[in-house]
Amino acid sequence: MRNRIRAIAFNTFREAVRDRVLYNLVVFALLIVGSSLIFGQISIGVERLVLVNLGMTAISLFGIVIAIFIGIGLVSKEIEKKTLYTVLARPVHRWEFIVGKFGGLVGTLTVNAGFMAIGFFAALLYLTHRFEPADGYLLVALYFIVLEFVLITALALLFSTFSTPLMSAVFAFSLFVIGTFAEDLRGFASMSTGVTKIAMETVSRLVPNFAAFNVISQVAHSQAVPGRLIFYNTIYAIVYAAVCLAASVLIFERRDLK
Amino acid sequence: MPAIETFALEKQYKVGFWKKRPRQALEPLTLSVEEGEVFGYLGPNGAGKTTTLKLLMRLIFPSGGSGRILGKDLGDGSLKQQIGFLPEQPYFYDHLTARELLDYYAELSGVEAKERTHRVEAVLARVGLPDSANLQLRKFSKGMLQRVGIAQAIIHNPKLIFLDEPMSGLDPIGRREVRDLIQSLKEEGKTIFFSTHILSDAETLCDRVGVINKGKLRGIGVLADLAREVSGKVEILWEGAGARAGIEALGGRAQVSSGTSRVVLPEEKLNAAIDAIRAGNGKIVSISPVRVTLEEFFMEKLNSEGAEMEQEVAR
Repeated sequence: MRNRIRAIAFNTFREAVRDRVLYNLVVFALLIVGSSLIFGQISIGVERLVLVNLGMTAISLFGIVIAIFIGIGLVSKEIEKKTLYTVLARPVHRWEFIVGKFGGLVGTLTVNAGFMAIGFFAALLYLTHRFEPADGYLLVALYFIVLEFVLITALALLFSTFSTPLMSAVFAFSLFVIGTFAEDLRGFASMSTGVTKIAMETVSRLVPNFAAFNVISQVAHSQAVPGRLIFYNTIYAIVYAAVCLAASVLIFERRDLK
Repeated sequence: MPAIETFALEKQYKVGFWKKRPRQALEPLTLSVEEGEVFGYLGPNGAGKTTTLKLLMRLIFPSGGSGRILGKDLGDGSLKQQIGFLPEQPYFYDHLTARELLDYYAELSGVEAKERTHRVEAVLARVGLPDSANLQLRKFSKGMLQRVGIAQAIIHNPKLIFLDEPMSGLDPIGRREVRDLIQSLKEEGKTIFFSTHILSDAETLCDRVGVINKGKLRGIGVLADLAREVSGKVEILWEGAGARAGIEALGGRAQVSSGTSRVVLPEEKLNAAIDAIRAGNGKIVSISPVRVTLEEFFMEKLNSEGAEMEQEVAR
């Protein structure tokens, strides 16, 4: 079982790595990091702040775009191209396929984020000439970005099990945008009454709370990230992704591959 | 023990956007394929061949009925170690090389790592692709992809192989090679279930055939027996013009060429025809049963069911 999941994950990783579109995005992300360096240099006194904000946001956004771009086709593309037929005609359970695909894409995104982070830290070192203890918080922000990738990949994969790539992209991106404002929705719910309050409260709890993962501004100001937030975010991402994966498996187990 | 058994296996899809209505893709199908047999599953495009194969592979789920492969229920995942499958118009991960693809599939099929390298090389040689092993599949021609498709279906040395239209899109040489490959797999004792609409391939390879059209199995059996069902005709050649009127009185249309007459008549009229030729002072040159080609059999089956349908409509 583990071998099969590992093989599917590795194949997903290999496919993404050999995909030229992915390279373009990575190169583009590196350019953004580079340009943030230039912006940093022309921002007198707040170079580090500008570099961290721009660089981290670029890593996050490009990762999200890649996650959605590849995630929406993880299952539907395999059905459309019939590559799935020769996989599922083997002793491979459908849930193993889903978990393998998920693991492969999260692995790809983590490796990408790692490369972009190296570029980012190189830029930071160039600008500040030395690392400070507060730069350690940047690693927490990076960790949260990877957790965001886990969430968005799970969502994109879920939509991919029952929808077309285009619709999956729309759903996943919409949820990302709504989730970014999840805290605002909660604030709106607390100010509302009656049915509106219940509706807003429900929606704000159901959508993935991406707002909680965005600590870029905080770490840019060299502020510490509480350990409790790291713990809660980790548990939240694991549980949310697990629920999405379970739903994907439930749908996919019953689906006719026409 | 039969290699494949289905019991009233059927598939119905719901079609339509708002008001779903059922569409029968496969009528209840009961058939049995013995171990070591090459079974041809024949039918025109859209007849239900691929639906049957997908049901057997559990890529789609039946609306009714059941099936067993190598003595195990279709839902038993362990049976997939024993079967190989080539889908129709296969498309593979084109970012992989042929060697990588086969290694990947061998791993998914549970072939041990130390055995995989040897197995991959052997299969690549067997399908005639050893020189293209390190080429990415996106650079492969259709014929080469079909060979890779067959290679992945046999990489784990399965007992039973399902091939969906294995010769489609191949040039005559490619078809012959695939035919030889199927023949050699048969000689190794493998059971082969292959669907095709290219009848001559089935004719040369199959022990038995089943004919399916519009989702319904129309006939099944040894080709010669099936052909007899449809045919039952004899060809008579004779010399001498005197017997012609007698033969035509039996309903035959005699054709004369270089003094030799020829007629094709139903078997039951053979004795009457011999009597008529003798009465006309003719000399019998030969009497031979008419061998129906699979194509004729196929058309006959499809025509007869067309007639059945017309009768049903008239009723």
